[in-house]
Amino acid sequence: MRATVLVRPKPGILDPQGEAVESSLRQLGFAVEGARIGRVVDLELEDGDPAQARQELERMCEELLANPLIESYEITVGPT
Amino acid sequence: MTDGRPPIGVIVFPGSNDDGDAVLALASLGADPKPVWHADPELPDVAAVVLPGGFSYGDYLRCGAIARFAPVMGAVSRFAAKGGLVFGICNGFQVLCEAGLLPGTLRPNASLSFVCRDSALTVERTDTPFTSRCRPHQHLTIPVKHGEGCYFASGELLARLEANRQIVLRYDDNPNGSIGDVAAVVSEGGNVFGLMPHPEHAVDPLLGSADGSLILGSLVDAARERALVAA
Repeated sequence: MRATVLVRPKPGILDPQGEAVESSLRQLGFAVEGARIGRVVDLELEDGDPAQARQELERMCEELLANPLIESYEITVGPT
Repeated sequence: MTDGRPPIGVIVFPGSNDDGDAVLALASLGADPKPVWHADPELPDVAAVVLPGGFSYGDYLRCGAIARFAPVMGAVSRFAAKGGLVFGICNGFQVLCEAGLLPGTLRPNASLSFVCRDSALTVERTDTPFTSRCRPHQHLTIPVKHGEGCYFASGELLARLEANRQIVLRYDDNPNGSIGDVAAVVSEGGNVFGLMPHPEHAVDPLLGSADGSLILGSLVDAARERALVAA
């Protein structure tokens, strides 16, 4: 079973990487009004109950994958 | 304690690179530094613990995020819970924040550049085991060298830190975008301390400043008192 976790800087948290990318995109002539940079974690899980997997993934995010002080996360449990 | 020299543990993580300087600085200030391997499940008999600077576990995921799962960190947490003195420098500060032993977190510098230079600091309080050798509002010069030293706390948390007087050092010339110019914080219990500047690189005037010895010397003084009480 596959799962994907998206980790994003929370709104209002300074994201200098995003700002640098935004300004570079503008320099290239793209009409960009904002860029925020997060992280993607693709996971391969043992096959099992997707609901239970989601609970485990929540714990993975809280305990390691995201820093809840500054980051939000979004979990997708996909079909293989 | 050997000859009045308090034993102070210096944790060595894979990727630590300032542990050697921490050991040298502590020894020059009259302590008996003891390197402690990250995989050790227990601490030796020490009066304080230092988490040194470096790039533990390659700074993977977030700085300090992996190091906090090192076996020795369980022992460090138990030591801190009993009121033991824990002192984190740079990456050590990041590890203590990730481990929840210190409030807030450290983020990439606002400039996105690695900064490596002397920083000017103001001592906000001298009634801690980490600043007792300083004068109130003393200005110190201690180098910083980091890419992720931008201290962040939510508005609510920052207000609480201010109210509890947990901000111990502030930058005069904020090098990284830290909120409230925070350079060092202490835990609510007053026994866990973290700072981004490197006092271990400033213990000899030959290196430009010896102001770091005021900070590390305070730690050695406090460790000696505790070792005497325990003896």
